[in-house]
Amino acid sequence: MWRGRRGLLRPSGCGVEELRCRRREREAALRKARREQQLVSKRLLRDEATEEAEGGRVVVILGEAQIQEFLRLAQRGIEEKERERALVSLRRGLQHPETQQTFIRLEGSIRTLVGLLTSNKALLQLEAARCLHELSHSEQSAVAEACLPATSYLLTYLSGHSSDFIELCLYTLGNLIVESEAVRRQLLPQGIVPALAACIQSPHLTVLEALGYALSQLLQAKEAPEKIIPLVLGSTLPQHILQLLQPGPKLNLGVAVEFAWCLHYIICSQVNNALLITQGALTTLGLLLLDLAAAVQRTEDAGLELVCGQLVCPVVRCLSNLLTEAAAETVGGPMHLQDERVLAALFILLQFFLHKQPSLLPEGLWLLNNLTANSPSFCTSLISLDLIEPLLHLLSVSNVVSVLVLTVLCNVAEKGPAYCQHLWPGLLLPTLLDTLALSDTEVVGQSVELLQLLFLYQPGVGFWP
Amino acid sequence: MQLPPALHARLAGAPGAAAPLPVQRDALAGNAPFRFAARQVRFPREHEFFEDGDVQRHLYLQDVITQVAAEPERPRVPEFTCQVAGCCQAFDALEDYEHHYHTLHGNVCSYCRRAFPSGHLLDTHIQEWHDSLFQILAERQDMYQCLVEGCTEKFRTSRDRKQHLVAHHLYPADFRFDKPRKGSRPASQVSTEAAGEDRAPSEGDAMEVCSEHAEAPPEPPRERRVYGHRVPSTICFGQGASRGFKSTKKRSKRP
Repeated sequence: MWRGRRGLLRPSGCGVEELRCRRREREAALRKARREQQLVSKRLLRDEATEEAEGGRVVVILGEAQIQEFLRLAQRGIEEKERERALVSLRRGLQHPETQQTFIRLEGSIRTLVGLLTSNKALLQLEAARCLHELSHSEQSAVAEACLPATSYLLTYLSGHSSDFIELCLYTLGNLIVESEAVRRQLLPQGIVPALAACIQSPHLTVLEALGYALSQLLQAKEAPEKIIPLVLGSTLPQHILQLLQPGPKLNLGVAVEFAWCLHYIICSQVNNALLITQGALTTLGLLLLDLAAAVQRTEDAGLELVCGQLVCPVVRCLSNLLTEAAAETVGGPMHLQDERVLAALFILLQFFLHKQPSLLPEGLWLLNNLTANSPSFCTSLISLDLIEPLLHLLSVSNVVSVLVLTVLCNVAEKGPAYCQHLWPGLLLPTLLDTLALSDTEVVGQSVELLQLLFLYQPGVGFWP
Repeated sequence: MQLPPALHARLAGAPGAAAPLPVQRDALAGNAPFRFAARQVRFPREHEFFEDGDVQRHLYLQDVITQVAAEPERPRVPEFTCQVAGCCQAFDALEDYEHHYHTLHGNVCSYCRRAFPSGHLLDTHIQEWHDSLFQILAERQDMYQCLVEGCTEKFRTSRDRKQHLVAHHLYPADFRFDKPRKGSRPASQVSTEAAGEDRAPSEGDAMEVCSEHAEAPPEPPRERRVYGHRVPSTICFGQGASRGFKSTKKRSKRP
């Protein structure tokens, strides 16, 4: 779906300042939601081209009588075109929350809609599915939960063949999934995991992106670590996910973004990361990082950059968390990540997104810490690739970043004189002395730790004999 | 942050790493008041460290109404009609045709013309409705397979299976793709009782119904189905529709 993101950069009659303001508000709302552990986002799939053809975006609020009439026509109309038109009118009305409320309170309305969904008239099916989709997107729980009787059918249709229809079903399911644990308690026994595992073999990119979205919502659930992730790990989903993250000509960024987030939710829940490592997750993710670094250097497309940034974040998180697993430690084994190009890629990405996506910086440095902490090889590469000075330049960004940078430098310094020998020349010492003047205790503390290591391992300059 | 120019070349170069410098630690390093120890850190999902990135992710998700680019994705073609014999639906877009084909002509049972949403359900239907061997085996062992993909349970009767679907998988009791076969009498007798019995419950028929209400006027296709698979397939009683070349294979060829 990101392919349509162009539409976003073209607001209809909105000032740039207003857009920024709205974005700040949304950000604040999201932050608040996250702190309350209620961060959910629904996705709405609307075909703008069709909408404009239908005569603009005026949303009509439908009353009870009108809804009943449209349903009656859709169900019993003689001509197919008439039935279709009735459903289209209903669907447009359902874009409004008031119509939604009226609809769900009407007896038999959902039943009729489900009947149309399972009819053999393809276009009616599609319109009925679109109606359900509008309902699923509602922020009112009562409205979204009214779609529950349809879930067994939505799941059944995932093993069908019509890609547009499947895409719609998936986004609808994705919206329902985030609604409540009650909904998920129905979807799990109805077989959503096996249904997704079968559907992920589809060759259609739109289906895959929708599936990734739905799965990411499922994995983000509070009860996921106990109830959902074990099921997912026991299915064929992980192998397919890793396959979809393989760099190369077949990689689709929009699809990869969704599945990378899926992987992140699985990994940070720490259910069975060893399994993912044996399936080659470290190698795949490492290679993907290289691919992304190469991609950002080549492109000038703002949309593409945005998506790359969306992909870099979960990839960095996954790599970083996986590195802490015991299975990742086996030196020399095939799973062992031992390629200094990863460092090059990481720095290139951090520099590229420094201003475009600043949230990436602390996370990237966290990955750097995990790469260098127990690895003389990566510490050596940091030196040999001349990355110490670029690191120092990051010391002025923020306290969190400074502490991380200093920690990484400590990782290098603590390995002994052979390493410190390379740290002494250059800007390190003066920069370090500057940070001591800062008031943040954590920054100062970490600076002092580093100084101690530098002095300890450089006898020529130190005060101890 | 200025990067060394050689870095880009390194990225494009061969995998590998230089030989690591020798590690040589001094015991004094960890002595109080200093306490640094190099260690990897892992963050669990709800950690505040992830807050900024998570917010970015959701801003991306929320970036609402997505344009479906009209031209490249949906090429309009000169109008054409469905090629299946007897079907004269017209289309001007391939996606519409794809959906129509898969819904109506895709997984279609060649015995009774019912359409199913997936190959899995079609296979199950054929086995249970049109395979006499199945009936024989069903007398001795559990043959009715659960419809949920991934569930390997089998049952003695279709009613037991429905009960399992409802109780275990939370399926609706009137799930449209699990209609019990009406009796095991030969097809020729089914036609006489059709007028009375089959009419009221539109539940009696799997896919072809789009209406729950019994008042829906009977449509010609329903009568056609009543004749069952005993009537030679070359005779179509003037009902037309969907009679193409019959292959000797047991079910319709799927795309």
